[in-house]
Amino acid sequence: MESIKDGEQKKILLQGNEAIVAGALAAGCRFFAGYPITPASEISEILSVKLPQLGGTFIQMEDEIASMGAVIGASLAGVKAMTATSGPGFSLIQENLGYGCIAEVPCVIVDVMRGGPSTGLPTSPSQGDVQMARWGTHGDHPIIVLAVSSVADCFSVTIKAFNLSEKYRIPVIILSDEVVAHTRESVTLPESDQIRIFDRVKPDVPPEWYKPYADNNRGVPDMAAFGDGYRHHVTGLVHDEKGFPTQDAQEIDKFLRRIHSKISKGFQDIQITKTHLMEDAEVCVIAYGSVARSALRAVRDARKLGVKAGLVQLVTLFPFPRKSVDTYLRQCRVAIVPEMNMGQMSREIGRINQAGCRIVKHNRIDGQLITPEEILKHLTTV
Amino acid sequence: MLERAEIIRKEYLRHDKKFPHVWCPGCGNGIVMGALLRAVHSLGLNKDEVVLASGIGCSGRMPTYVDFNTIHTTHGRALTFSTGIKLARPELTVMTVMGDGDSTAIGGNHFIHAARRNLNLTAIIINNSTYGMTGGQYSPTTPYGSKSTTSVYGHVEHAFSIAELAATAGASFVARSTVYHATHMEEMLKKGIEKRGFSVIEIISNCHVQHGRRNKLGGAVEMINGFKERSVTVEKSKKMSSDELEGKITIGVLADVEKPVSTEEYQRIVEEAKHKAEIITRAKEKNGVKRYEE
Repeated sequence: MESIKDGEQKKILLQGNEAIVAGALAAGCRFFAGYPITPASEISEILSVKLPQLGGTFIQMEDEIASMGAVIGASLAGVKAMTATSGPGFSLIQENLGYGCIAEVPCVIVDVMRGGPSTGLPTSPSQGDVQMARWGTHGDHPIIVLAVSSVADCFSVTIKAFNLSEKYRIPVIILSDEVVAHTRESVTLPESDQIRIFDRVKPDVPPEWYKPYADNNRGVPDMAAFGDGYRHHVTGLVHDEKGFPTQDAQEIDKFLRRIHSKISKGFQDIQITKTHLMEDAEVCVIAYGSVARSALRAVRDARKLGVKAGLVQLVTLFPFPRKSVDTYLRQCRVAIVPEMNMGQMSREIGRINQAGCRIVKHNRIDGQLITPEEILKHLTTV
Repeated sequence: MLERAEIIRKEYLRHDKKFPHVWCPGCGNGIVMGALLRAVHSLGLNKDEVVLASGIGCSGRMPTYVDFNTIHTTHGRALTFSTGIKLARPELTVMTVMGDGDSTAIGGNHFIHAARRNLNLTAIIINNSTYGMTGGQYSPTTPYGSKSTTSVYGHVEHAFSIAELAATAGASFVARSTVYHATHMEEMLKKGIEKRGFSVIEIISNCHVQHGRRNKLGGAVEMINGFKERSVTVEKSKKMSSDELEGKITIGVLADVEKPVSTEEYQRIVEEAKHKAEIITRAKEKNGVKRYEE
């Protein structure tokens, strides 16, 4: 990272992947385990240099299953941890991601999406992993998924991801894409004292009183680290409040409902949308990731042509920001949903569309990004 | 002796809601757990600084019963979790208990890489030649010709020798014992835990319920007596021909080598990198430049 002089907010030129690294380190990430994959490898490479300088740990594992296991292990030992990958690696991560959800282990997973399925399109942009990020691991589980659309986003959303994961004891997925990851933009990063960091709440009761999975008013149990003197058990089996496996129907139901409700309790905090020119908009574009950049340009161009257009940019993809999207669906007669997939998010939008707003899908799966012109065409003809 | 057994029971077992355990009567897992607890006790380790991790299967339940920092992970992946824990907190003693299928089938890749990587970890592998919990299917250590629920016509594949595999993959310390040799096993576990570097202790165990019954090997007593009869020490085995060693279990220390431990190597890298970063920061401060906190 470049140096900055006192009182001066210096602009620096960064790539999306570099900004994710900067955000992670600013958030307090001190452990990274990963496996090489384009277009996410820069995150590993830079962290292998930076982490030891900060007393942290970088390790390249034998595959992404192992990376995710190591990340969970490190987090349980009290260190903020992250991994980064792309689609094929994200498939392997799903197994231990479920473990992170059930054992309530804070951690961050970056998926720099490329075209799929399988080895697919290395390495053209795509948004094909959206529903996988929500439902990829088996069983009903809560999850938080955030999307980045710019280099500045990569920094701030990564900090947000760590904060949410620590606050709610849950794995948080950052969906980036090849365009955002490799675009270089000038950004002004905030001073470290302007960044708000949330650390997991540690227990303050005597060890013999500690119940690692006991409910409280936040729905998020206090979390001791291995080695803190709070000897406890962690398992991927459904467990009681002491962390031990249970077959008791009441305990099972209570536990599984709690890990879901801790997220619904935090909706206000978790759901982030950004809007541009929506005050009087009659037609809106709902977009996320790099597509939101093209959409913003298209909306501005449409305004010049006299179309009352606006942009709703989704930062939180899951839990789906149903309340704010619903407001805009009621406000607009048409919502255009451009995506670099077959319509994974437009399905979510359609699902909550009770206002009868017309949803126009625009899908591209040829490995090319969606241009402002394509979106503008919709805005001027609907 | 009785006194020590009482201390182990009182100090090292979890007494709330964990018992009865899931293991069948006569299972070797309890013998391994007992030896492990005695080894930890005689090494004088602080329970707060001991981690016991496991994967999935009958062996996977062991951490539930013992009063350490314990983690029951996913199938085959226990060593990856242990790797993260050890790197995040190198001062902890991290042990990982696995079964034969857990460590060499689904977790085979993690196992050989953990051995190659040579972190300061201890792997305890209970080898009972079958997938006991799921009903007795063939595993990577099921002997050629054996019957299992997925090889009723006789097994056509050949078995892994886990200890030899670990040594070849680069483990610093490799030993083998059996559930008959409880005190020998305890010694091997102690040596393995004390060893700086990746250590593997393979323990030949009995699953009379699944493997024994289908192959007419008798009950727990007959199977465990069989281990006694078939075992030869490493020293003795060196004087025997390969024909004489057919069907034998070589017990004792199979490999014990000194080499750099990557946990410690990485600490050295961290110190060097921190030192370099400090020099740069100081130079910048001298020139009136504040380093971005990162």
